[in-house]
Amino acid sequence: MDLSLTPQESEFQRQVRRWLRRNVSRRSPAEEPGEYGNPKRIAELKQWQRKLYEAGYVAMGWPREYGGQSEPGGNRRDLLMRQTIVNEEMVKARAPSLIGVMGVQMVGPTLMQYGTEEQKRRFLPKILAGEQIWCQGYSEPGSGSDLASLTTRAEIAGDFFIVNGQKVWTSNAQFADWMFCLVRTDPTAPKHKGISYILIDMKSPGITVRPLVQMTGDKGFNEVFFEDVRVPRANLVGELNQGWQVANATLSHERNLLGSTTRTQQMFQGLLRLARTRRRGGKPVSADPAMRQRLADLAIRVESMKYHSYRQLTDLLHGRSPGIAASVNKLVSTELNHAICALALEVLGDYGMLERRSRHVADRGVWPYEFMFTLGLIIGGGTSQIQKNIIAERGLGLPRG
Amino acid sequence: MDFGLSDDQLILQRSARDLLAKECPPAVVRRIAEGPSGHSEALDRRMAEMGWTGLLVPPASGGLGLGMLDMAILLAEHGRAAVPGPFLFSALLATRAIVRGADRRLKKQWLPKLASGECTATIALLEESGDSAHPAVLRSRARRKGAAYVLSGRKLFVPYAHCVDLLITACRTSGSDGPDGVTLFLVDRRASGLSIRPLETVDRTRRVCEVEMRRVEVPADQLLGRLGGGWPVIEHLLDLAAVGVAADGFGGAERVLEMAVEYAKTRQQFGRLIGSFQAIKHIAAEMVAEIEPARSLVWFAAYAHDALPREARRASSMAKAALSEIYSRCANRAVQIHGGIGFTWEHDVHFWFKRAKWNELAFGAPAFHRERVAALGGF
Repeated sequence: MDLSLTPQESEFQRQVRRWLRRNVSRRSPAEEPGEYGNPKRIAELKQWQRKLYEAGYVAMGWPREYGGQSEPGGNRRDLLMRQTIVNEEMVKARAPSLIGVMGVQMVGPTLMQYGTEEQKRRFLPKILAGEQIWCQGYSEPGSGSDLASLTTRAEIAGDFFIVNGQKVWTSNAQFADWMFCLVRTDPTAPKHKGISYILIDMKSPGITVRPLVQMTGDKGFNEVFFEDVRVPRANLVGELNQGWQVANATLSHERNLLGSTTRTQQMFQGLLRLARTRRRGGKPVSADPAMRQRLADLAIRVESMKYHSYRQLTDLLHGRSPGIAASVNKLVSTELNHAICALALEVLGDYGMLERRSRHVADRGVWPYEFMFTLGLIIGGGTSQIQKNIIAERGLGLPRG
Repeated sequence: MDFGLSDDQLILQRSARDLLAKECPPAVVRRIAEGPSGHSEALDRRMAEMGWTGLLVPPASGGLGLGMLDMAILLAEHGRAAVPGPFLFSALLATRAIVRGADRRLKKQWLPKLASGECTATIALLEESGDSAHPAVLRSRARRKGAAYVLSGRKLFVPYAHCVDLLITACRTSGSDGPDGVTLFLVDRRASGLSIRPLETVDRTRRVCEVEMRRVEVPADQLLGRLGGGWPVIEHLLDLAAVGVAADGFGGAERVLEMAVEYAKTRQQFGRLIGSFQAIKHIAAEMVAEIEPARSLVWFAAYAHDALPREARRASSMAKAALSEIYSRCANRAVQIHGGIGFTWEHDVHFWFKRAKWNELAFGAPAFHRERVAALGGF
């Protein structure tokens, strides 16, 4: 056990901090509620990813030939540590997160594992530079937690797939350039065995994107309709009908675990600031014994997730399998984030129910917004209940059924 | 950055698990729990042979000179096996009281014996008020008389006082109600004027006693540390106890989860294994989701005692508050998954269930430690 950074890592951390101080604009806060509705903001965020990429701070662990910094000899461990430092410092500096995160964290690693050489060269560098924004075509109206029941079909006609069907809850589809998509290519096979993983150009004729308004009031996600959309067969990733394995590999890919717990720590710091400054009965809310108990309870949960992420990073650095750690993370972190926001609303009292455009709103309305947004994350990406099934079945070996 | 156990620590963990599986299986826990003394001399001897009693004793005094993280790893294994006996109080608390507070002469006198297991010790801090957090509640007094101190008063909840050799006892030595009036003494369990009555306890794997001191004469050279210097040592011991009990709770929580999962894989109802029902799966998954992050919290708190002393107190309280509740909740859920059989004396799970509750309540219940987290975090 040693939680210190090496002198080289500390020096790198200082460099990153300096760079972020120079490049993160004070006027552009990390997450502006509803920013994805605004084309100007999207252009800014793409520009921001490009800048980060040029500074060498995006997906450092990818092979050099595809835009990363990893050499065949193996500086991977060092890069992983550096990437962790970058991610932590970005959250601390309240830098905007990567707009191309779906590409960098999901489709990129999948292409590296299953993609053809041509697919890798074609997509990976653009994913990193923020030139191509990706969205994920998984959920359908009839296929949520039971994803493998999906019915969007892709029929083969010569060198093309002809895609018909509908996806839903598709974040970023309104401005994404590409979609990685699960389609049914063999309707007669058992449900997990007739699915393929294909890449769809969102400018293809026959695609209609219709925004869905979330409970936050934002148009954050969409319905995507496919009507005879032609997708070149060269855009198939992995084997035909092997899409389920490809998609699962995506989920189990190295995730950058620290980012999310750093974010949780920041949310908690925000809550603490709020509790210290808001007053009730002539005293700061944080002086109230019942509130102190609840704040401390959250502080403990936040801190344990911090060390938990350190432990997972250590496992990753040693090349040990994360097992079901990602599911535990997802389950615990999303519920913790929501609990932090819920307590913040309680601290705010009546102010907690003011809309972000309202007069008198506190902290730019971020708490009620995040309270709702974090609820969505408990559901999206595999609900808490699905994560519990995974933990019980794959982690504890309890029988399916 | 390395947040993990070293190879030596993994070996310690493995050997402790193996030894305790063999020497302290549930049948042995049951035999000791149902017996009068609450410990087994054979098992205590075996643990001493392993060097565990000397884990925290410096090599110069015959110990292994390891740190709190090593001790936490070992105590997690004790918790997993629900080992009954004075180990936590002797090898961790009393030993660290002497390592931390005593002068060279006392160290030389006691540490080799504690390390070898020739001698065991406990700590006698609490009194009728049951409050460990405040010096003002101490009523026991020690008065100087020639070359001795004369101790009078009544201690409660003294772990294993009936079978250890040495009691580290807190007494008031000045009129001050504050921390500066508290002094620690090493009291021979066989000293005249000392009467010890074991109390009937719910958790049979932990025994506590009432200790009455009627003009017990203690040689002045058995004063631990400075006159009036006992309080900081006591505070340190409470921090260590918090981590130690948290580590025990972590191991116990893992064990009750395993017991519950094993049962859910064999018990059938409605023609299916009960482990195939989501109602059961989700309870078990929630246990995992609590235990896994908690492991890291315990490791960090123990590591802080070794390497980040300024963070040790807050981290100890965090670990104690978290593991207190997690272990209790997990034990509760494990009993629930077992159903009727889990509520019987015949099944073993109740030993862990009760130990969880002892762990929760001893050395500061969760609310006490959460308030400390709030205070130390400047809330």
